[in-house]
Amino acid sequence: MDDNLVTMSPAQKKAQRSRNIAIGVALAVLVVLFYVATIVKFGPSILDRPL
Amino acid sequence: MAVVENIGREEIRLSEATAGDYFALLKPRVMSLVVFTAIVGLVAAPGAMNPFIAIIAIVAIAVGAGASGALNMWYDADIDHVMSRTSKRPVPLGRVLPGEALAFGLVLSALSVLTLGVLVNWLSATLLAFTIFFYAVIYTMWLKRSTPQNIVIGGAAGAIPPVIGWAAATGTVSLESVILFLVIFLWTPPHFWALALFKAGDYGRAGIPMMPNVAGELSTRRQMFVYALILAPLAVLPAVLGYVSWGYGIAATVLGAGFVWKTWAVLAMSSEDKVMKPAKQLFAYSIVYLFLIFTAYLLDVVAWRLLAPVGA
Repeated sequence: MDDNLVTMSPAQKKAQRSRNIAIGVALAVLVVLFYVATIVKFGPSILDRPL
Repeated sequence: MAVVENIGREEIRLSEATAGDYFALLKPRVMSLVVFTAIVGLVAAPGAMNPFIAIIAIVAIAVGAGASGALNMWYDADIDHVMSRTSKRPVPLGRVLPGEALAFGLVLSALSVLTLGVLVNWLSATLLAFTIFFYAVIYTMWLKRSTPQNIVIGGAAGAIPPVIGWAAATGTVSLESVILFLVIFLWTPPHFWALALFKAGDYGRAGIPMMPNVAGELSTRRQMFVYALILAPLAVLPAVLGYVSWGYGIAATVLGAGFVWKTWAVLAMSSEDKVMKPAKQLFAYSIVYLFLIFTAYLLDVVAWRLLAPVGA
């Protein structure tokens, strides 16, 4: 069974972790960016809605 | 048991590329110059821009510039491998596969252009898309390996960022931003050829037809001097036309005189000179020159705005 699995070397594990963190951070930044940009684009009229 | 059973072990390749390797694909040093000149274009443009949208514009321009760097490294892996200056890049080192660099470059290109278009405006997004195309396809794939005018024409890609910054702020292209474009455009040949003079062996080995390798060193040095003679007065033009003060004008004059002087030293260099100290000095000075010219322009514009009476 273990023969069918690819074992990662410590260097590969470390590199993968570094890439994962970078992708995670990039995605989080994009979410914040688009959220804030949406608010900015709406401007004061974002509050102008029936409550 | 699973679909993967038929895959041969030799086909499995686990990457050892770190996030840092991918960051290096973006050519961070070129990117810093792009960011700086784009900021100057954006801030110098008339009208108030939401600071958050301005930051998004700069980030998108930076990522777009980085993406074109990644596409360049995908295509140029073969020649980067034989040149001392570029042999430590992630693709020639084998840390990132060419296909990975290509995918990375394409995804970031699309993302940066769409972000700029959706959140800022489509003129700046179109200019960014054109710049990426121009750098990756026209310069890297075509001109770089086929003509000694490669960096002259390709320099247009590096010169556009202030125009994109200006377009992001105003939605227009104007004479002021075109003059900033021309400053970088005319600065590029003497800057790059200074490097090509003392790295001629490198470019020769890689088979890239840089001007010193094709037309000879003397012809290159003469052409550099001509570009310097056009660049120095052109950089003073914003003050002559009167939309920035003579504070900038004097700075541009002094810096331009220094540029002509350093280029003259390269022209006067003996053909026997193998150390080429004047060329190395010009290369270093050219970077300082561009940085200071744009800093002076930025300071002038900001100072003008702060001193101007409110509502004027």
